[in-house]
Amino acid sequence: MLDSIKDFASWFFVTGDPLIYGADVSIVLASAAIIGVLTYFKKWTWLWKNWLTTVDHKKIGIMYILAALLMLFRGGVDALMMRTQIALPDIKFLHPEHYNQVFTTHGTVMILFMAMPLMFGLFNIIVPLQIGARDVAFPFLNALSFWLFFMGAMLFNLSFVIGGSPDAGWTSYPPLAGLMHNPGVGENFYIWGIQISGIGSLATGINFLVTLIKMRAPGMTLMKMPMFSWSVFATCIIIVLAFPILTVTLALLFLDRFGGAHFFTLDLGGNPMMYINLFWMWGHPEVYIVILPAFGIFSEVVATFSRKRLFGYKSMVFAMLVISVLSFFTWLHHFFTMGSGADINAFFAITTMLIAIPTGVKIFNWLFTMYQGRIRFELPMMWTIAFIPCFVVGGMTGVLLSVAPADFQFHNSYFLIAHFHQVLIGGVVFGYFAGLYYWWPKMFGFKLDHTLGKWAFWFWNIGFYVCFMPQYSLGLMGMTRRISEYSWDTGWAPLNFISTIGAFLMGIAFILQVAQIVKSVFKHKKVSNDPWDARTLEWTTASPAPEYNFAVIPRVRAVDDWWETKERRAKGIADDPQPELEPIHMPKNSAIPIIMSVCWFVAGFGFVFGWWWFYVPGLIGVALCMIARSFSYDTDYYIPVDEIKRTEAAIRGSV
Amino acid sequence: MAQSVAHKGKHSADHDHGHHDPNELKILGFWFFLISDVILFSVLFATYIVLRQNTAGGPTAEELFEMPGVIAETFILLTSSFTSGLAVLAMNRNQKKQLIGWLIVTALLGAAFIGLEVSEFVNMVNEGATFTTSAFLSAFFTLVGTHGLHVSLGLAWMIGLMIQLGKRGITETTKGKVTVISLYWHFLDVIWIFLLTIVYLMGVM
Repeated sequence: MLDSIKDFASWFFVTGDPLIYGADVSIVLASAAIIGVLTYFKKWTWLWKNWLTTVDHKKIGIMYILAALLMLFRGGVDALMMRTQIALPDIKFLHPEHYNQVFTTHGTVMILFMAMPLMFGLFNIIVPLQIGARDVAFPFLNALSFWLFFMGAMLFNLSFVIGGSPDAGWTSYPPLAGLMHNPGVGENFYIWGIQISGIGSLATGINFLVTLIKMRAPGMTLMKMPMFSWSVFATCIIIVLAFPILTVTLALLFLDRFGGAHFFTLDLGGNPMMYINLFWMWGHPEVYIVILPAFGIFSEVVATFSRKRLFGYKSMVFAMLVISVLSFFTWLHHFFTMGSGADINAFFAITTMLIAIPTGVKIFNWLFTMYQGRIRFELPMMWTIAFIPCFVVGGMTGVLLSVAPADFQFHNSYFLIAHFHQVLIGGVVFGYFAGLYYWWPKMFGFKLDHTLGKWAFWFWNIGFYVCFMPQYSLGLMGMTRRISEYSWDTGWAPLNFISTIGAFLMGIAFILQVAQIVKSVFKHKKVSNDPWDARTLEWTTASPAPEYNFAVIPRVRAVDDWWETKERRAKGIADDPQPELEPIHMPKNSAIPIIMSVCWFVAGFGFVFGWWWFYVPGLIGVALCMIARSFSYDTDYYIPVDEIKRTEAAIRGSV
Repeated sequence: MAQSVAHKGKHSADHDHGHHDPNELKILGFWFFLISDVILFSVLFATYIVLRQNTAGGPTAEELFEMPGVIAETFILLTSSFTSGLAVLAMNRNQKKQLIGWLIVTALLGAAFIGLEVSEFVNMVNEGATFTTSAFLSAFFTLVGTHGLHVSLGLAWMIGLMIQLGKRGITETTKGKVTVISLYWHFLDVIWIFLLTIVYLMGVM
């Protein structure tokens, strides 16, 4: 009996690595601390009622952002471990298998569990406020999306201490990811972690499309919509069209591993290249999914801090929509070396180059917006200004990579690594940081500390260039991705060492940002509705906004409506008379999203290990939750006028 | 809002508190879901087309497919699409009994379709053509099975809806639900037409 338990534990838990034992201990301690604090301060009911069952888009957004920052930490630690291992030749810090796991989880976590939730967090907090709506179209579904993401991320991260991490790269190509070469459970964690959170992403895409089409304030025609909302619109189109591809691809890979199918196997007619095509038919649009909202953020920030209307509004909209269409026609550039022939490679090379045109249009629009503007160097604007040169260089190296014959040299080298980190960090991460700093006062009612923010900014930027510029050269010198060791005679050591220094500078930058948040939470000044003297509707309501967002739904006349209103007020023209307050229709909180997502987690865990006594109850739980939701008709309520008046008076009193 | 309500003229004024007709939102959202489902099936179709010659020495489409059963399935499903349309017409005339009656007919036809499909699958497995035999068969069972799974989920959903209709009658909320499921049912019909053409007809050609 004891022996069989020992036997089970030895493969069920990941063993043999002091790093992992350290992680085990810290996970147990952190969980105990959280449970202890919640119990000591009697906060369980508060947590359940105000956060875990909430359907308020602003709270959901905050939870997304918290989870994303945690995942940024995890992915960042992975990155530092890799950089440590390859800082110099012959460092025995990570075993090769462990190194494989670390680069796999780094990529997966950063794209799917950091960039995506950070993006969804900003969607949630800002889009309804920006278009003058009281919530998203489907608040219940929105909460479900969040919890599916969260449980998917937890399932994926569980692989670190239970069962073993995936190790076939974040792209998880078969046959390496197939059962033949990868019999452990790690790949199953990859499949189910992403699958569960992916369903949530698809639902969010649908949710925000409907929100943007149907719930804009009266008078806000599509061409008066703020640019961030436009970028969300373009992104959601891509999500709805691309995420089902990922769902099917992962499902087929799982059928190969779990059900003995032959989609991507090497025997009985399977075709691994089919997976690679399908993966990138989702994967390439995915990078535009994460970058377009960053473009939207830069557009808002650059107009606000240059005190000018955004240059070329229509061309911005046009450029984003063109990008969202073109993004579906470039996937093959990820594997020019597959051997599809010159004609096919030429087609995808040209479509890839074409994307540079609308992107270039956007860059010029931002520059022209700044031209002759009175620029204020607040943190969001600093990140925007840092983004432009960084993204231009990253984009240019992308055009170099798109040249199919040259790509045979660059393919899977550190040149590629440097390229996509430059567009993902210099574009996406810088963009979301700009957005976080910009909208932080709207979320919490105070600005983040400027001095620490400046330190973090410079550490990030200097660290970025120190880390990734050497990697372009390393790529041209022949260093390929995913190698865990190299010898002195390659001559790669000096540049790798410099690159590692840069990585640690970015690590320091992240710590500075955490310090910045902590300091600002404890020591801050309350700000008004509109601390940046900004231009769009989210700045007309309180910071933080009340649960119903707007006591009276605003009426919109122009692009940058709030700016126009301020101009009119400055000229002494009175505002339109406000209509009478009316009771506000609100959705009720619901426990079903979190319960259903836990059921998905249980089912996913069962599928990972092939344990039917987990996945059958899990799936039954999911079905019961759906039935419970379908049969509940008491899902909303009205906030009476008196309560709105009290809330509004309290808001006016506090500022 | 006031204008748009007056403009459409069919929704009562109690919806006009600066918010939106929930059915309108749900139906638009459901259309987007259907678009994503189209993509889902497209990927499965593409996979099937790529892999359908890869029989790896196992049985081929020509040897396996028995058209009479498939033709019967087709007519049953097409008829059920028609009856689900009749159900919506009954709903628009506010006739609860006819509505539930036509939904029952639709569900029975759907169940008959599933029954035929399952027996077809069982026959194929008995002939040694299983999910794991070849890439062609993996792709075949996954594609056709995914459609079958959609129909089965639709059946369960329809039964739940009939219970709700029985309890609550025809209200704004249940109207929205019936509209959405009928969209779903027609959509599955369209997918089946493609299955019939690309999988079965092109398979035995």
